[in-house]
Amino acid sequence: MASETRMLFRHLDDPELRTLEGYRSRGGYAALERAFQELEPEELLNELEGSGLRGRGGAGFSMGKKAGFLPRGDMEKYLCCNADESEPGTFKDRELMHKNPHQLVEGCLIASLAAGARYGFIFIRGEYSEIADVLDAAVAEAYEAGYAGQNILGSGCDVDLVVHRGAGAYICGEETALLDSLEGKRGNPRLKPPFPAIQGLYDGPTLINNVETLANVPHIVRNGAEWFKGFGTEGSPGTKVVSVSGCVRRPGNYEIELGIPSRELIEGLAGGTPEGRTLKCWFPGGSSSPVLTEAELDLPYTFEDMAEAGSMLGSGAIIVADSSVSIPELALRTARFYHHESCGKCTPCREGTNWTVKMLERVVRGEATPMDLDIIASVQENIIGNCLCVLGDSMAMPVGSMVAKFRSEFEEAIELARASDEVAVHAVGPAAASASQPGGTGREAEDAAGGVPEDVAGGVPL
Amino acid sequence: MTPDRPETPLSGNGHRLRPTDDLTGVERAELIASMTPEDADRVPELHEVDVPDELRERIEAAMSRYPQLRSATIPALWAVQRHHGWCSPEGIRQAAAVMGLTPAHLVSVASFYDLFHLRPGGRHRVLVCHNISCWLNGADDLLGAFCRATGADAAAAAHGGASSPDAEFYVQGFECLGACDLAPMASIDGTYFGPLEPADADTAAEQLRSGAEVLPDKALAKRPAAGGPEPEPDPRVAEGERRG
Repeated sequence: MASETRMLFRHLDDPELRTLEGYRSRGGYAALERAFQELEPEELLNELEGSGLRGRGGAGFSMGKKAGFLPRGDMEKYLCCNADESEPGTFKDRELMHKNPHQLVEGCLIASLAAGARYGFIFIRGEYSEIADVLDAAVAEAYEAGYAGQNILGSGCDVDLVVHRGAGAYICGEETALLDSLEGKRGNPRLKPPFPAIQGLYDGPTLINNVETLANVPHIVRNGAEWFKGFGTEGSPGTKVVSVSGCVRRPGNYEIELGIPSRELIEGLAGGTPEGRTLKCWFPGGSSSPVLTEAELDLPYTFEDMAEAGSMLGSGAIIVADSSVSIPELALRTARFYHHESCGKCTPCREGTNWTVKMLERVVRGEATPMDLDIIASVQENIIGNCLCVLGDSMAMPVGSMVAKFRSEFEEAIELARASDEVAVHAVGPAAASASQPGGTGREAEDAAGGVPEDVAGGVPL
Repeated sequence: MTPDRPETPLSGNGHRLRPTDDLTGVERAELIASMTPEDADRVPELHEVDVPDELRERIEAAMSRYPQLRSATIPALWAVQRHHGWCSPEGIRQAAAVMGLTPAHLVSVASFYDLFHLRPGGRHRVLVCHNISCWLNGADDLLGAFCRATGADAAAAAHGGASSPDAEFYVQGFECLGACDLAPMASIDGTYFGPLEPADADTAAEQLRSGAEVLPDKALAKRPAAGGPEPEPDPRVAEGERRG
């Protein structure tokens, strides 16, 4: 039976942890003091790179390397903490910020020092307003204690930290869209390169990191890179907060070391599927990861193993669908999200998400043919890699994987919905039934049943 | 223009739609003007606009926090929405005057984001998450229950949002709110609650009407860590703490 390894989640439910005093008395801000008073920025960067910490937002890129990409010199540089956590299934940053805000504030201030940033921004999604209030209070306390603002702890360094509330747009979690949004524009992604490390916020070099990544920073700086590498795997040291949700008995965030079998996470920690049901499929890394099945449950939960199985660990968010779930409807829910959230800038994403939703609705209503499944699959292929950002890909990958792995279920859904339509048409009486032509659509049946004849007479499929 | 062209249809505001190629320069200018809200592309002068003091202070405080004042656009829109209940044309003009931006810019930004309302809506905002994990746990029933409890139209609530007839509530089926552990859940006036039963919708609506505390036992703030009480620290973590 797997157990948690609480580093970031240590003392999580202790209400005092939210206050500066409570956080300090549990070792907080010792790392900040060391960073600002004892270390040179280069040493700090070396420590972060040496720790092997990989970004926790989804891409898994080395945090120290990313910080090292920022040019040296006197130009204005910026730090952005990506707290726009919006990927369906992901809710780890919310709990990290809500219950231990100072850990993130300390991490942001140290990372700002490492990057040479004068300003740090925490871009938090607008829906998390109660969490943003908690962060605001923590930042105010940090200013009061001299940990933020001008001449921090007599070091001569200035860092201002601002909590910036978004207003509801998944796309703002994409780093360049986040920058546009933070500059007061619509959140459209930018063409890359230039990458934000070279030309980011206000065209200055900008380091962008996820909440969980930055929350690790104080632990690394306080205890050293070697200590940190004693956790997790060689490829991904440290712990990982994993969000487990969907059809499980104990949904929630669990802090684990990567490398434990996925089964222990889903069945052990999260309690497995409800009584009498079995697992049908699971998203290993948020709704944008291709789904896996029962067959992959014993794979170790690591970036590498998930990639090898054709999926990804992403932000570390597992969503479980059990035997009672219809996969076509799951695909439709998934596609609707990305359709809603597409910013509209790139055609393959804007149109592809729209048409995928329409086609999946036809499948669920029984108006599709098995050939449409091939079209759905080809639309997904034409989205992937053809846009400025990966939002479209994020729909194409899971939907494509569902059609590929559960094709027979899509075909059954089409047949089943047709058959029940025919039953419904015959059930409402001879008048309605005669109005319907062979091969009629579900919509005709509805219209006939509702006594609206216009569309029915011709029997022309849509 | 060909004489036998079929009659052009009417647009929503009753103007007859014609291909713009057929328009004279004057007609085209009039058409563009008719599509542009008054003064949208001009920065209003502060003396022309009556800005409430509290709103002005909030916007100016936001502007002072950023190296470039345009970054205060979203905070300013939040301030407008807080003051007026929605991003009304009047409020947009007020913010534009304070920030020295055009109302058109502010509307273009406001219309991008789901949480800004460019139309008036019910007083209490109920966002019911209907994304994957919440849907798997009965979100559609919960959204229906909130519509029944408040009188909001269910179909409209699921597709973009609807206000109740008494304007007390605005109910919206929302994309993932980032609280899948609370599934099915809702955000009520910015605070998260879950997991909710359909019956909780009646209770919450009643509490909101009477001004009582909403679902105190179901608030996110009350929820402990999923992994249970604090376990003994991992030896490596404990060692780090001793050294620190």
